[in-house]
Amino acid sequence: MKIDRRNFLTYTTAAVLGGAAGSMLTPAPWKLMDDVSIWTQNWPWTPVPEAGPVTHKQSACTLCPGGCGINVRFVGTRPVKIEGLKDHPVNKGSLCPMGLSGLQYVYGPDRVGSPLKREGKRGEGKWKKITWNEALTAVTDKLASLRKSENPQSLACITGSSRGTLPSLIGRFLTVYGSPNLLRPATVQDANEQALFLTQGKQGTLGFDIENADFILSFGSGILDGWGSPGRMFRLFGTRKSEQRIIQIEPRLSNTAAKASRWIGINPGTEGALALGLAHVIIKESLYNKNFIEKFTFGFNDWTDDAGITHTGFATLVEAYSPEKVSQITGIPKPLIESLAREFAASPRPLAINGRGQGTLPGSIDESLAMQSLNALTGNINQIGGIYIVPEQTYAKWPDLGMDATASKGMQQPRIDGAGSDQFPNTRSLLNRLPGLINSVKGDSPVQALLVVDANPMYTLPDTAATRKAFDKIPFIVSFSSYMDETAAYADYILPDHANLERYQDIPTPAGMAHQTITLATPVIEPLYDTKHTGDALIHIAKSLGGFVEEAFPWDDYETFLADTLQDHWSDLKEKGVIEISPDSKDSAVLSFNTASAKYEFCPAAATRQGSKDSNAPSAYTPAAIEGDEKRFSLLLVPYDSIRLSGEQIANSPFMTKTVEATVLKKQMTLVEINPKTAKTLALKEGSKAVLTTPKGKASVIVHLYEGIMPGLIALPRGLGHTAYSEFLAGKGTNTNDLIGSVEDPASGFDMAWGIRAQLSKA
Amino acid sequence: MKEKNDYEHSKRYGMVIDLDKCTGCGSCMIGCYTENNVPFKADETNKLDSINWIQVYKLTNGKPYPETEISYLPMPCMQCDGEGKLGHSPCVSVCPAVATDYDYSTGIVSQIYTRCFGCRYCMAACPYHARKFNWWDPVWPADMEKYLSPDVSPRMRGVVEKCSFCFHRYQLARNKAYYENRQTEELGEDEYQTACAEACPTGAITFGDLNNKSHAVYQLKNSPNAFRLLERLETNPKVYYLSSKKWVRRQGDNYLANEEPGLIKKIDKQHH
Repeated sequence: MKIDRRNFLTYTTAAVLGGAAGSMLTPAPWKLMDDVSIWTQNWPWTPVPEAGPVTHKQSACTLCPGGCGINVRFVGTRPVKIEGLKDHPVNKGSLCPMGLSGLQYVYGPDRVGSPLKREGKRGEGKWKKITWNEALTAVTDKLASLRKSENPQSLACITGSSRGTLPSLIGRFLTVYGSPNLLRPATVQDANEQALFLTQGKQGTLGFDIENADFILSFGSGILDGWGSPGRMFRLFGTRKSEQRIIQIEPRLSNTAAKASRWIGINPGTEGALALGLAHVIIKESLYNKNFIEKFTFGFNDWTDDAGITHTGFATLVEAYSPEKVSQITGIPKPLIESLAREFAASPRPLAINGRGQGTLPGSIDESLAMQSLNALTGNINQIGGIYIVPEQTYAKWPDLGMDATASKGMQQPRIDGAGSDQFPNTRSLLNRLPGLINSVKGDSPVQALLVVDANPMYTLPDTAATRKAFDKIPFIVSFSSYMDETAAYADYILPDHANLERYQDIPTPAGMAHQTITLATPVIEPLYDTKHTGDALIHIAKSLGGFVEEAFPWDDYETFLADTLQDHWSDLKEKGVIEISPDSKDSAVLSFNTASAKYEFCPAAATRQGSKDSNAPSAYTPAAIEGDEKRFSLLLVPYDSIRLSGEQIANSPFMTKTVEATVLKKQMTLVEINPKTAKTLALKEGSKAVLTTPKGKASVIVHLYEGIMPGLIALPRGLGHTAYSEFLAGKGTNTNDLIGSVEDPASGFDMAWGIRAQLSKA
Repeated sequence: MKEKNDYEHSKRYGMVIDLDKCTGCGSCMIGCYTENNVPFKADETNKLDSINWIQVYKLTNGKPYPETEISYLPMPCMQCDGEGKLGHSPCVSVCPAVATDYDYSTGIVSQIYTRCFGCRYCMAACPYHARKFNWWDPVWPADMEKYLSPDVSPRMRGVVEKCSFCFHRYQLARNKAYYENRQTEELGEDEYQTACAEACPTGAITFGDLNNKSHAVYQLKNSPNAFRLLERLETNPKVYYLSSKKWVRRQGDNYLANEEPGLIKKIDKQHH
């Protein structure tokens, strides 16, 4: 057959059609299609979580100092969920996003799984896995050599807090070793503690009976943004009585401001002036608690000392803070100041609370004193709905310390940070001063070895560049972090601690609580990796150092130490997980003060007033010397706190970062909030890329227009801009500490920098 | 065979969210993630591909400083009853695979991942953006697979997922009731609660049977401050919101300048 074009097409078509028709008669395509669809329904890579009997174990959250009770749900031996513990006195079942995502910290990619020794340059990320024996020996050898060279005070230790038994153990270790340099960040609790000591002569923390107050005047405290114990604060808000009023004073419409009965915008940093202005009106209109003022206070009116010198009383001092003047300083209209003062004084149980945002910035002592004076004017001291002194946790007495000559000599050296010196006699720790002091020393750093426990100073200290420079001068840095945070990433050795849920930790009364509690976080799971409790690591090092250092630690391990230290409470705590200690409600205790006058002193003693010419001048309003030239930097940068972000030593979980709004973080860039009016003057629009410049540094940001912020301000969220950790957090946005430095309070040395001058320009 | 709609006697689980109590903390979202094995990625800032069964939105009254107000609005799946409350919710009506269905005994709209083939008609039909698509296979880095719950199967690339009102918790409660020789009708209010309601630290979310007079939601939904989203569409959501602020209630639907919020509720009553 001749094959021409026509034939070819005909036969081919016939063959194709025939073939197609033929194949339809066979089951092959149907079977194949069925197989394909079954195959596409197989997902061998999708995990099938193992089932098992469901049980619950109770413990406490240790991710922030909030001390909330948690209930961990187990399936078999696996914990699958953390929920709030309903009958815990602090949080009563409520938990914050961080606590709820607690399992991500245990199982997540940020854990340090074994002791590590740095291989490459600092911060390069090259590590060698070493054994615990090698790690502990390395640290012991270094510490032994510092003692040998009669230089024990050059060992410093940075902890996250001074509260609880682990910091006490570290304190004991440093003392017997011979170093006074136990440092930790100060918070508003420290400023309030000092204010308490000055006015009432008592040591203790300031508790706020928010449960029973009916008029809460919050000077920028983010009571719904992570202030105090977040679990407690959320619970209180949800169950508050309808007559409770919350007045929120701050320049930005925060979540707290949004939920408050009233939000009052104020020029940033001028809250202290407002407090004095309110006191002015209350005194001028005679609205204060006369019984309390007359019988239980000192220094309300002018007074003359034994030497015949007349001193200014509080009533005279606040005369200078007329509503007109305060209105000029704060930007709050005069009638509003007056009506606010009247409402505050007229309420049966008014309460002034302080600490900006989450209260991580201590602020000045003057500010604390001014705000506490409002509680004193209404006589709301140790009263229901008022402020309470929560006594410091007392522990069982440990065996006496024997100290050798090296240790005694070391302990006689002044602290590096100047805390407790003549300049700052009442201050316990000034970590914020450390980088500056190290950097100002020519030659060798006064810190030759640094231990970092439950802290991440490379991220949380203001002025990151200065901190890095200071750390570069420290030859030996050991991090005890459970996670690869900024400081761990910059350390020479990492001796990883167990994570939350894996370790014992006692939690004293959380910030802001009005009565004393002790909570015990009990391990509910076995440690996942080759980690060691820092308490155990330190006891081991102490024992290896020998001599008096060894003798100071007769305990086999941290658990024995803890049981011994908590003595009477230990069995109770192991059984119940929490102990409540009711406040002393006897009248004698309520209104007894340990000051020189045995009264509440409005005008505290001279020692704190270093910065003032009149050494006996009472507290007043002195604005913080915010950095930056007004002409070059026409705007003010203020950091803000959010409950979905953590700016503290334990960073965000992946779940927390997932909840962050698209108006806060976009890909790798932070959005800054500015008022549309301000944006207009800068020719910036929603979504514009911009460069944020401050005297401390620069950052690329995206502009977000927000009506809820005072014109002239730029708001930047705290808790972003990590350089360490895994891809779920690293490289996202800007760290506020890169752009903001520390400003010292002349009276206490505390950081009072609520912001910095800044400029925003189109990129 | 379609089940019969015994609307008066069946359970109708629903939610009342008090926006006056919602602080925007995001705990409901995280409570949901951990309960329902919701995955996460390194970059979750593109909210269009971020999987959330409940998502907290931020509303503003748009007024200049200092008159500005904001309110948060958590949005789970609205579990629509559909027009005439017959179970014709927008997504169920369009699903070609019966991967999503209306359960007449509880009023809960299900999602069956292994049936879903990812056409996303339901996402287009849903007026509330409650449905999310798995563009990627989920990955739990490090040892995170160890904390996954066996009560909810992890999803895979190519399927749609959404809030189930924690239906597995209903199943567990029901099983327990059967085991104890009780009827499902006798399930107590606290025996079946969603994870978000339990996680909300201020107690803004109330969950229960809208048909049961003894459940808190029954009264709450009749509050003068109660509203639902886009009521005009007659999707009949079972999620109600409470807000004392009129500007918030106004944002619940596309009101004309001369219309008042609450108007639709009145029309609804006249109709039925």
